Amino acid sequence: MIPSLLGISVVLFALLALAPGDPFDELATNPAVPPEVRAALRAKFGLDDPIWMRYWHWLAALLQGDWGFSFVSRMDVSTLIMQRLPVTLIVIGASQFLAIAIALPVGVLAATRPYSLFDQIANTVAFIGFSLPTFFTGLVLILIFSIQLDWLPFVYRADINATGWAFYWEHIKQSIMPVTVLGLFQGAALVRFVRSSVLDVIRLDYVTTARSKGIGERKVITRHVVRTALIPVVTLVALQMPIVFSGAIVTEQIFRVPGIGSLLITSMLSNDTPVVMGVTFVSACLVVIFNLIADILYGWLDPRIAYR
Amino acid sequence: MAENLLDIRGLKTWFKTDDGVVRAVDGVDLHLDRGETLGVVGESGCGKTVTARSVLKLIDMPPGRFEAGEILWKGRNLIPLPAEEMNKIRAREIAIIFQEPMTSLNPVYTVGYQIAEVLRQHENLSRKQAVEGAVEMLRLVNIPNPGKRVHDYPHQFSGGMRQRVMIAMALSCKPQLLIADEPTTALDVTIQAQILELMQEMKDRLGMSIMLITHAMGVVAETCQRVVVMYAGKVVEEAPVEALFANPRHPYTQGLIRSIPRVDRAAAKERLEAIPGTVPSLLTPPPGCRFAARCKYAMDVCVTAMPPLKEVGPGHRVACVL
Amino acid sequence: MAGSTPASLTADAPAETSAARKARRFSPWQEAWRRFRRHKMALVSAFALLVIVFAVLAGPFIWPVPINEIDFTAKLQGPSVSHPMGTDDLGQDLLARLIYGGRISLAVGVAAMVVAIFVGVLIGAIAGMASGAVDAALMWVTDLFLSLPQLPLLLLVIYLFREPVKGVLGIEGGAFVLIVAVIGGTRWMPAARLVRAQFLSIREKEFVEAARALGASRLRLVLMHILPNAMGPVIVVATIDIAAAIIAESTLSFLGLGFPSDVPTWGSVLRDAKDYLDIAPHWALFPGALIFITVLAINFIGDGLRDALDPRRVL
Repeated sequence: MIPSLLGISVVLFALLALAPGDPFDELATNPAVPPEVRAALRAKFGLDDPIWMRYWHWLAALLQGDWGFSFVSRMDVSTLIMQRLPVTLIVIGASQFLAIAIALPVGVLAATRPYSLFDQIANTVAFIGFSLPTFFTGLVLILIFSIQLDWLPFVYRADINATGWAFYWEHIKQSIMPVTVLGLFQGAALVRFVRSSVLDVIRLDYVTTARSKGIGERKVITRHVVRTALIPVVTLVALQMPIVFSGAIVTEQIFRVPGIGSLLITSMLSNDTPVVMGVTFVSACLVVIFNLIADILYGWLDPRIAYR
Repeated sequence: MAENLLDIRGLKTWFKTDDGVVRAVDGVDLHLDRGETLGVVGESGCGKTVTARSVLKLIDMPPGRFEAGEILWKGRNLIPLPAEEMNKIRAREIAIIFQEPMTSLNPVYTVGYQIAEVLRQHENLSRKQAVEGAVEMLRLVNIPNPGKRVHDYPHQFSGGMRQRVMIAMALSCKPQLLIADEPTTALDVTIQAQILELMQEMKDRLGMSIMLITHAMGVVAETCQRVVVMYAGKVVEEAPVEALFANPRHPYTQGLIRSIPRVDRAAAKERLEAIPGTVPSLLTPPPGCRFAARCKYAMDVCVTAMPPLKEVGPGHRVACVL
Repeated sequence: MAGSTPASLTADAPAETSAARKARRFSPWQEAWRRFRRHKMALVSAFALLVIVFAVLAGPFIWPVPINEIDFTAKLQGPSVSHPMGTDDLGQDLLARLIYGGRISLAVGVAAMVVAIFVGVLIGAIAGMASGAVDAALMWVTDLFLSLPQLPLLLLVIYLFREPVKGVLGIEGGAFVLIVAVIGGTRWMPAARLVRAQFLSIREKEFVEAARALGASRLRLVLMHILPNAMGPVIVVATIDIAAAIIAESTLSFLGLGFPSDVPTWGSVLRDAKDYLDIAPHWALFPGALIFITVLAINFIGDGLRDALDPRRVL
């Protein structure tokens, strides 16, 4: 985990360092600023240091939570990100939950009846599902449920003037579409994976052994097939976190959900570099953390790993 | 003769594949008495495993299908039996063990759980009682330190030990019939003898019958009372074990017996004989005797019609015109 | 060798003989085509994709309407005879814009795939042949890139580099080169892992051993013996990469960080349309449907190719 985080930080820093342009370019073209002052400023910010020194300072600052200051929002980058992060995590978490809730039963049912009508329909729908770009699904949902039917709000609002149940109901209502868009996209990819994973397991000898025990097909499938087939699925869910993140950026942008995805886009469009770097690094960290969680789950699900 | 424990009549188990219908088992008749050990022999792909799995209806359907025939278990036909009824017979009355002890146990559960699962299903035991039963079974099959081993996972056992676990699992409900599908093929020679010995011991203790599927004639000679020889989905010869080895009638059986390596013959510089050719395609089996193409005695009649099984001695039947 | 499942046990002998029979009758490519043909959706998709490709290539000659002719009297119109796909807020003809945009979207898709596959094959081949420390290092980098969140990284690179690249190559060219390079540069990892895995298994095969024994050089071994045999799965990945690259480009343009508005691509048209969803839904639906159909068709073709070229893999 630490090496990959270091690797990610190196990649990010390298991009930043390689990018042409210098925060003091403006000063350079300003004739009112004498060159000595400019040089002093550069020295103060360490811009003339060797590259590895600059990386070290940058990393040290990053680790101390000193992520810079957003000139656009007029607040610390870390504060800004922490404000936005929970919304993103809730949307991603809920959509992953939805994806698994759809993919698991559908994938298992399809695999236990290979090439049946249900299997073929599930496969085709899944194929369509992950060929639909999230930005298009989002727009179509808005068109149907907000504009045509007027059931759901299409702009996510952080300030809801309601209390008690009404407050939660409004929140749920405005989360339905973003979560659905992300969840269906993820679910579609997962269905095919669950299906093939179950198909791999269902052919194994120990499943025949389980059948020979007379415990009934239901128990054979849930205890002996799904339990083992889940192991690679868990890994896939974690490995797909980068893709989920990409989807979250798009959905947040479409539905104007105030998460870190839309923060990233708005800060890019307003040239707010510290925020851009901060958000990118946070999303990378989250992905690494999810990988770690997957490793732990993997060991928990597969005793062969735990004992090694 | 009293009612047989198991009576398979004209069984046809076919598989639909992309290339056509594979007639894996194509009209098999065999029976098994109480307390008997029946050997079913034949080379790979002759249908013996499919026959064994058909008895417990462990064939994937589709692609498999029972095309014809009956499987009479204590006089009751198993083929039309609904799944719930079949599940009451599985493990409780008929149990099965497989060739690969490595892959026949689920890697993610402890062996104790997997044995206890059978006991909980059929004997209505509590979780705790079932685990105690599992320990008892492990002790019965001579696994050292069963109280501790019961909590171990399959990958922590050696191949021979895993096959013992399989046997413990299969026998935990004291079935009347154990189907052993090549139980020793994947094991070391020394372990093979131990497993066969264990099966024999269990058979005597529980008074059950054994249907032993194997391609090793040596194993048959040591353990079985009667033998059924299968070739390309059909039974070609059936006899008490002494009669079969003393007087093999079918050319295929003769070939099988001659292909057993023997120390005394090796000393006499006799050549070990192999049967030429391979098993014919089960997609489009030849109309006549399926062994005709490889048989050195083949005559014109052999390629036109399959000879029926005919009695040539007490309990000795053969499907050959010779 | 009694098989683990009854079906394989009994099918063993006949399957071998029938496979041998077929091998004699068909060349590998004919055999692949025979399997591809069995995938109905792939066939339909191949036809649909051909139609789309033909339309965007020949479209400007059949429908010679300028993409930037502004006509405020005809703005936000739905589909009609004079504008089969309607018009946008400036009264520009959407059909012409989408034909033009399709050229860019498809070109980006193919070009980014070429970059991704080239880098992936190169890295995978080096890792697969080198083994040891080089292999370990390359695979570490591959895993690292796999765990990077792709879209934030894409956006970051474009954010940091678009101004300077635009200065060198112009607005449209700059955007094209940057987007292709960035999408290709963040999508090479699956191909690299695949090629490495193929190399590891193929280089131990008898025919490679034989070629090595005959004194074939390392380069010759790779180019003549190993790579051609590793290409089947790579073609499948390449096909699916085109679809992924088209989605990536549309996403970037949709987010306003891809091609600028005056260069219509399917994604950028969709971005402009999203604020007029209530009064002019056709504006968003046509480009969205085009992206969807193209991506779906390519994915189905990839699935068919997988059946045809890489029958062992399930997913």
